[in-house]
Amino acid sequence: MSEKQAFKGEIIDRLLYKDPATGQKITYEHDVPFYKKQMRLIFGMNGQLDPTSLEDYLALGGYSALAKALKTMKPEDVIQEIIKANLRGRGGGGFPAGWKWDETRKAHGEPKYVICNADEGDPGAYMDRSLLEGNPHLVLEGMLIGAYAIGSSKGYIYVRNEYPLAVENVMIAIDKLHEAGLLGNNILGSGFNFDISINRGGGAFVCGESSALFASLEGRAGEPRVKYIHATHKGLWDKPTNLNNVETWANVPFIINKGADWYRSIGTENSKGTKIFSLVGKINNTGLVEVPMGIKLREIVYEIGGGIPGGRKFKAVQTGGPSGGCLPASLLDTPIDYDELTKHGSMMGSGGMIIMDDQTCMVDVARYFMHFLEGESCGKCVPCREGIRRMTEILQDICDGKGTEADITLLENMSKGILDGALCALGNTAPNPVLSTLRYFRDEYIAHVRDKKCPAGVCNALIRYSILSDKCTGCGLCLKRCPAEAITGEKKKVHVINDATCIRCGACKDGCKFEAIIVE
Amino acid sequence: MVSFIIDGKKVEAEEGAMLLDVARQNGFVIPTLCTHESVGRSGACRLCVVEVKSGKRMRVVTSCMYPVAEGIEVSTKTDRVMNVRRLVMQLLMARCPESEVLQEMAVEMGVKPEPRFTPDTDKGKCILCRLCVRACQDVVGVSAIGSSYRGPNKSVGPPFMEDSSACIGCGACAFICPTEHIHMEAMDSKRKIWGRTFKMQACEKCGRYFAPVDQLKFISQKTGTPMTELAVCMSCK
Repeated sequence: MSEKQAFKGEIIDRLLYKDPATGQKITYEHDVPFYKKQMRLIFGMNGQLDPTSLEDYLALGGYSALAKALKTMKPEDVIQEIIKANLRGRGGGGFPAGWKWDETRKAHGEPKYVICNADEGDPGAYMDRSLLEGNPHLVLEGMLIGAYAIGSSKGYIYVRNEYPLAVENVMIAIDKLHEAGLLGNNILGSGFNFDISINRGGGAFVCGESSALFASLEGRAGEPRVKYIHATHKGLWDKPTNLNNVETWANVPFIINKGADWYRSIGTENSKGTKIFSLVGKINNTGLVEVPMGIKLREIVYEIGGGIPGGRKFKAVQTGGPSGGCLPASLLDTPIDYDELTKHGSMMGSGGMIIMDDQTCMVDVARYFMHFLEGESCGKCVPCREGIRRMTEILQDICDGKGTEADITLLENMSKGILDGALCALGNTAPNPVLSTLRYFRDEYIAHVRDKKCPAGVCNALIRYSILSDKCTGCGLCLKRCPAEAITGEKKKVHVINDATCIRCGACKDGCKFEAIIVE
Repeated sequence: MVSFIIDGKKVEAEEGAMLLDVARQNGFVIPTLCTHESVGRSGACRLCVVEVKSGKRMRVVTSCMYPVAEGIEVSTKTDRVMNVRRLVMQLLMARCPESEVLQEMAVEMGVKPEPRFTPDTDKGKCILCRLCVRACQDVVGVSAIGSSYRGPNKSVGPPFMEDSSACIGCGACAFICPTEHIHMEAMDSKRKIWGRTFKMQACEKCGRYFAPVDQLKFISQKTGTPMTELAVCMSCK
């Protein structure tokens, strides 16, 4: 077989990718629907190189942007190019990277630090991990160029310890750079000195927040601090510090090599370039997708993602990580960029994208994310520490059928208070899951509190399983499958579910071949 | 000097002074729980929030850590501000239902407890302002207590909640605690705090027990003053 393919160039039909939607066999990767609409700029090299090999990266044109910057551009020119490209922070904030660099360069105080934030903690998001594991040199080259532009000689990569391969590959890459003279003193004979250390995070979500990350790097507990004086002036150890996300750094070499004008040709008016999303949830093709800014949600869900499994209905997409928001089907034609997502009550975040189908309860989703944030709150300020847990309690009550309509008003008021009152961005955005689900799926909340029903059939306390007598054949399968012995019935006679002992696991419904079991 | 506006009144202050201090000097009432003149600021309680308009940007900030600047417009009593303060008070009252200090403050601020929040029974009167931690670290210099865990499980105490060998029994934490959560039991020749019992030093002149021996030893070590010179109380010196 390998002989056929390798030496005779024959295509082996049975090994070709089969499109699940059409059943058609596809020969080339770029024709596969999952890849067709993607624009793999940052990820482009990932499949072509060995991440532990500097030579591989060099062979693909690696470090030519660094050479160009060091040999032909002044630091100020580099900054101007990044400003002109309008590269915005990919970690979630969307702050223009060039302005941040400029601020840090102009700030008084030595030394200046550059930091790569790789504390990726959103559930289901792994774009930073894939970049650091698959192409660490791209990120390092970005940092080197940034450090040169800012006038920094020391960089840190703060990466979560749960990413051992990322840590290993970055360490190997740094060692190779030292050997090659691309890190250390007098890089490429330019007189520019720079070194990078790796710091492994202890697993706190909040350490992705810049000031908490600084505290952690300084050896203290990862707690954010008030930032009325920006990190660009007083950051790590109170020195001027420029922190960017992994993906932001990875964009830099492309901008320097191909120019800001080229970069500006990709994307929307205020959001340039591509963005990597982690597409997960109820979707046929899950995975990391890199798309140009401005692509419509619908294109991601139905073309790249291949639609919802089982032909079910799309209900919502949660973007921006745990403190992002849920957007409904009516917004599927929204072009994805920083401002559009914010306008609709969600956010870009670091690029998590969770697809939900009609079997998802939006109140339960809000409860889940609030519960996550409750556990990840650092506990420093009152609105976040106490407020989120009280909101979670109320949401739990609503899911348990113990909520009232007044609870909805209370949730809204608390959201406003936490949004305005919390100390850092974790707290400031924490109410988003509640606010966005209330904005687009208020009827589901009302159904829970007023009618004591869960329309999606998820919240155990609000649902009931029953057997339709006209469809049940008495096959007995449900009786066998029920783990709680809640089903009774004689062979070939209609079976009955005892609601009092039913644990609402759904095993009976999943197993019934006659669609005789319903949830209400 | 910079000049700016608080609630319509023009005020002047040194550039970089903290808004809370300037506002209070000018007679504005802003509640706080986590500030104290002896220790650094932390911005944890969020009671001192005010709304600041700087350029086109309007936002809610903690006045205790906001450096004043030329031309800003500060409002101390807007709906947004009062909503945050009310929420903070209600959340703290639910956390520490037995705290008289919080109840009195709430009455002054016109805030009623939120009946929807089930009162906690395991948090005592601790609001986690961590004035005690900062006093122990910054003023006393022993760092015998700190915070552990995160989120709702955060708590303050000696490491692993075991008897701390670093504690000198000075009681600064109990003194600075705004809600009287930290208990210090005085029994003439002994003092009990954080689960440890400290032997007290009797004044060589009047015989009154005035300070824990461990604290005097700590002072002696730090300053080089012999213990014999420290065995006299402040009144007899």
